[in-house]
Amino acid sequence: MSDFEPKIVAFFCNWCTYGAADLAGVSRLEYPPNFRVVRLPCTGRLNPKFIMEAFKRGADGVWVSGCHPGDCHYIAGNYHARRKFILLHQLLESIGVEPDRLRFSWISSAEANKFQAIARDVVEHVKACGPNLAFRKEELKLGLAEVA
Amino acid sequence: MPALEDVAKKIRESAKRLLAEGRAEVVVGYRRGTIPLTTAPFFARTAEECDQLVWSNFARINLANYLPGRKKVALVAKGCDARSAVGQVVENQIPRDELYVIGVPCTGMVDNALVAAKEPRPIREVVETTDDSFTLKGEGYSVEVRKEEVLRRNCRTCAHRTPKLADELAAPEVPGATPDDFADIKALASKTPAERLAHFKDLIKDCLRCYACRNACPLCYCPICFVDETRPQWLGKSNDPMDTLTFHLLRGLHCSGRCTSCGACETVCPVNIKVREFNRILELTVQKEWQYEPGLSWDQKPPLTMFQTDDAAEFIK
Repeated sequence: MSDFEPKIVAFFCNWCTYGAADLAGVSRLEYPPNFRVVRLPCTGRLNPKFIMEAFKRGADGVWVSGCHPGDCHYIAGNYHARRKFILLHQLLESIGVEPDRLRFSWISSAEANKFQAIARDVVEHVKACGPNLAFRKEELKLGLAEVA
Repeated sequence: MPALEDVAKKIRESAKRLLAEGRAEVVVGYRRGTIPLTTAPFFARTAEECDQLVWSNFARINLANYLPGRKKVALVAKGCDARSAVGQVVENQIPRDELYVIGVPCTGMVDNALVAAKEPRPIREVVETTDDSFTLKGEGYSVEVRKEEVLRRNCRTCAHRTPKLADELAAPEVPGATPDDFADIKALASKTPAERLAHFKDLIKDCLRCYACRNACPLCYCPICFVDETRPQWLGKSNDPMDTLTFHLLRGLHCSGRCTSCGACETVCPVNIKVREFNRILELTVQKEWQYEPGLSWDQKPPLTMFQTDDAAEFIK
């Protein structure tokens, strides 16, 4: 499956990574188009069930990105998020989610180049993992063999 | 070895005193179960009702589950239950001055699945007088079982058997056991992701999603649980393996840094799933990252309600 193009759900904080994606766009920095972006007010808004929902509905990868620690628009949202991510990351890795399928990053709204680099990196790693077959719901597996 | 009846007497005395003094309006404790190898939760509101309170090797359910929203309540609590009760206070589910904890130092509770494995014949009656053994009786037989051999997993590794923050103790203090070394969880690191997933899918393959684990859990007091939400619906109503896995993962996350390993979830599981496996992964992480154990202090905040500016998270780049 060399022509596999992954679908990646990206959860971006409105105040930083979302801006970085914008800046990358207006700066004509090229990056792969495999993302479906969900804009969050803050990474603190990210509920772990969003990530599970993405995988269950067949996303091949999930990318969560927010403001650098100390830069939160709401003072401490990303500090709280970080504790949550530590547990979530540990749990999902322990039960068998490939580490490359789930990515966390801090990207400020000025870091368009970093955004471009990580976007490419995420797609590359998720591609290497192959399609998400293990974590999607049974009903979504119907007919998958025909299209794949 | 204190006789169970002596402990029960102390519990009844305390219960009656608390009701008479008006310190409590209800005492939540255990009474004899209607079938062998069980106890049932019991709410004693009068002195006569207090006489039904017992202590047993089968007092497995965590009664802290009945605390949220209650007023003037006295709770009969093992080490783990007392820690859950502290958690309820810390999480503002019940004010400290509405709660009175009758702590019972506990040498562990019995796993009925292990009893059934030892004694497959139908059990008609259980006779228990001390807290280190009991006698099973059935059609034409009577065997004595040492409790040590049939302890629940979480009881074998319980470091906090004596409720340290109880208002009074109904029995002499007992030493804690060697704490959980999480050897099986640590061993996961050497497996491939596919092997790990196979292990956990196998673990929950029998799950009916009856939510008994959630209902028995003193941490699960949300007015509407995420599994019952319908707009949006986060969990399908069928028994899709991914929905089941999601349920266990999210429940694990919700209980992280709060779980006192009381084992109520595993006790009530009708298909004997080791539900705590998910909690233990997170328990290990919480202990490693934040050196936190829940329920050991009245004013220590749960780790997920606070943060350090230098929390280590190298995986976020």
